[in-house]
Amino acid sequence: MSQTLFEKIWNAHVVAQEPDSPAVLYIDLHLVHEVTSPQAFDGLRTRGIRVRRPDRTFATMDHGIPTTPRDLPILDELAAKQIAQLEKNCAEFGVTLYGLHSAPDKMGIVHVIGPELGLTQPGMTIVCGDSHTSTHGAFGALAFGIGTSEVEMVLATQCLLQRKPKTMQVQIDGVLQKGVTAKDIILALIARYGVGAGTGHVFEYTGAAIRRLSMEERMTICNMSIEGGARAGLIAPDDTTFEYMAGREYAPKGPAWDKALARWRTLPSDPGARYDATLTLDAGALEPMVTFGTNPGMGIGITGRVPDPAKTPDLSARNALSKALAYMDLKPNQPLLGQPIDVVFIGSCTNSRITDLRLAASVLKGRKVNPRVRAMVVPGSAQVKRQAEAEGLDRIFKEAGAEWREAGCSMCIAMNGDQLAPGQYAVSTSNRNFEGRQGKGGRTFLASPLTAAASAVAGAVADPRTLIQ
Amino acid sequence: MNQFTTLTSKIVPLPNENVDTDQIIPARFLKVTDKKGLGDNLFADWRYDADGSPRADFVLNRPEMQGRQILLAGDNFGCGSSREHAPWALVGYGFRAVISTSFADIFRNNSLKNGLLPIVVDKDTHQQLFSLVQEDPNTTLAIDLAAQTVTLPDGRRVAFSIDHFSKTCLLNGVDEIGYVLNLRDKIEAFERIHEG
Repeated sequence: MSQTLFEKIWNAHVVAQEPDSPAVLYIDLHLVHEVTSPQAFDGLRTRGIRVRRPDRTFATMDHGIPTTPRDLPILDELAAKQIAQLEKNCAEFGVTLYGLHSAPDKMGIVHVIGPELGLTQPGMTIVCGDSHTSTHGAFGALAFGIGTSEVEMVLATQCLLQRKPKTMQVQIDGVLQKGVTAKDIILALIARYGVGAGTGHVFEYTGAAIRRLSMEERMTICNMSIEGGARAGLIAPDDTTFEYMAGREYAPKGPAWDKALARWRTLPSDPGARYDATLTLDAGALEPMVTFGTNPGMGIGITGRVPDPAKTPDLSARNALSKALAYMDLKPNQPLLGQPIDVVFIGSCTNSRITDLRLAASVLKGRKVNPRVRAMVVPGSAQVKRQAEAEGLDRIFKEAGAEWREAGCSMCIAMNGDQLAPGQYAVSTSNRNFEGRQGKGGRTFLASPLTAAASAVAGAVADPRTLIQ
Repeated sequence: MNQFTTLTSKIVPLPNENVDTDQIIPARFLKVTDKKGLGDNLFADWRYDADGSPRADFVLNRPEMQGRQILLAGDNFGCGSSREHAPWALVGYGFRAVISTSFADIFRNNSLKNGLLPIVVDKDTHQQLFSLVQEDPNTTLAIDLAAQTVTLPDGRRVAFSIDHFSKTCLLNGVDEIGYVLNLRDKIEAFERIHEG
């Protein structure tokens, strides 16, 4: 019988399945960070048990880590304590830690280093106590975020209790126009279908537009699947995937690579495989996207206008829109182009990889960040940082007047001191524009690295197509 | 795990749609290594002014709302981040059940593991509940998990669905990790084939 990519991975990982119960699902790779793991390790101590498979468990520190030079102390006592606790937990339980002291040259955002190290592989089940674990689905891995109780369960048993989700095909065709990127595809998808569209489902992105994307672009798309409500986002592995993986530290080598490759080539959904639902999007019709509101579904084309609550028939949607515009201090029907901004943040697990930084640098090269704007560029990992410096991107950013920082989640989640002041506007390449997400009272416009860089130059929301060749 | 059997309580209405976990518990409160004390910061940015004083216009700060254990929330409650700190904060504050038309997947899972019952009702019932609270702010609901019903003041019963496994775990306070630890032989057998 024809199976989807999701069904193939799911079926290959069911350890036990009782009627009327969730499946016991085996987890191939467990990624751990400092914020959602301390209580889970404490749980193991209380039970007097060890991590079942430390060889399948890898940790890093990213959420609370400062992006200031690494030789400076961590000033936030609570963050320092949480980071020290992770070091202690990893040492005690034998977990490999890419941390400040153990591996500063390889640490970074958990969803950047997993693929970068070759830990993320097609056909795997991957979990992490972080909703953006969906990123790893770009490799054809079933990857999803879990809570801390589930982190404890995976540490203890290498398994999770999971109800089988439904599948939703997201068919994206068409050829992207100049200046329109993977980030714009996913923002447009969520704007069209809403932040709850994928609830209870796993997305599988298909179509010619997806096939043409690089691995880093595919990661940007899968990363924000959770913003569309989906548990996970999948893209079938192909030669683009295998070329990206070959030679990476944890990728199979020699005969093991050939064997793995043969298995990975069987993963794509079979012809005629059925999905529970289908969404479609024409990538060729898109312009750069920007959000105006307080959830990622509140987005418009960059030349568009802010919607008018008075023209929104549904009462609760109207109230939500009015509340969002009040928080953002925007008027119905106003354009966003030209809206003055205070901060530009280029980074996060959505858009902090080398190709993202190249895009931003292509706009900033030979230009200056507007004096009213603080622009921060935060690479996703120490390896991305080194690569960018080898290519001279850091000089482009610094000469333009942007800050070039150390790797971390930084202003995406604003736990580490990198944050907006109340009332400030930011164009951000991150994934969430929730109230206060980037700092209490801060206001976020989500956009692509191209749009963020163009906006830094303009000192206002700007259309990158006016600045690129 | 916390047990849940029955609950009778008045309701805190919060009609906002798509309440994300950053609103339930802002990220700056996640720098903790235990689960305690998060209830004080539940909905912190809606609940307190910049100087930390309670905002009179926020529902949780109204005197008559104190001690209520049922939250009546808008659609897609708990979207966004996977932080289990969200149900820890809700339970820490005193909530034992949340009623909505839908919940984000991870939030729902996290809630069930903390004895916080997410109840999904249809749109009509949802609107009716909000109308009832508007007419009588002291409307009391009786939740019976074994019967899978919510009883309204007029005696009408609304049925809700919950999977058999989660229900059993909640009713008996089952330790799910202990349950899976007991499957060690099956896990070992799986690993031999999976990695072989």
